[in-house]
Amino acid sequence: MSKRRSARCSRSARGLAAACAAVALAGCALAPPKPWEKGDLARASMRFDTDPLQTKLTQHIYQSKEGAAGGDTVGGGGCGCN
Amino acid sequence: MRFVPVLLVAALAFAATTQAATPGAAAPAFALPTAGGETVSLAPLRGRVVYVDFWASWCAPCRRSFPWMNALQARYGKDGLAIVGINVDKRREDAERFLRDTPASFTIAYDANGATPAAYDVKGMPSSYLIDRKGNVAAVEEGFHDERRDDVEAQIRALLAQR
Repeated sequence: MSKRRSARCSRSARGLAAACAAVALAGCALAPPKPWEKGDLARASMRFDTDPLQTKLTQHIYQSKEGAAGGDTVGGGGCGCN
Repeated sequence: MRFVPVLLVAALAFAATTQAATPGAAAPAFALPTAGGETVSLAPLRGRVVYVDFWASWCAPCRRSFPWMNALQARYGKDGLAIVGINVDKRREDAERFLRDTPASFTIAYDANGATPAAYDVKGMPSSYLIDRKGNVAAVEEGFHDERRDDVEAQIRALLAQR
């Protein structure tokens, strides 16, 4: 009796795990956002740096020291403008 | 055999993307609410030259394009130009705040769920579609570039000259 119950229990637990996995997978943003869906990405709080001017200065010093330009990040703030 | 449904879905997705608004193709129809509670759609604008502009409050070039579009509407409205600015913001308040700072003297429509930009296959923000008097897409403008203003205005003038 108790064995059967435990079997049923494990089966429902497995079902629950599968459902959780399905939900978790569906939650992954597999498709990149469309250009008109980038409102949240364009928010100032989504920037990697806190101060654009400070970043520019740091980059300028880095480039003059290393003799290399570019390769830092991609241009633009991710809003998909232009 | 097992992959047939997958292929079918892929083929359908491809077919959907090839329906996009490209020059020469019929402009995808839409019916969207305006701030005043009316509905704006393409069909009643048939016979006029329509400039459909997709914009968002978070899009910096859009802010620069509005005064120019206001000037276009003022200059060519009487000749048959209709500018429709379709807002793609998720939150209406964001769009309204933008419009307080950057007033628009042309029609503004709201599409928060993005069906219209999807139908037009918008590649970047802002994007504009120039539609001729017959309802076909004449030109697609991606982004707002100051150096493109004169060309776009010339295109509008040429389309207005067509009867």
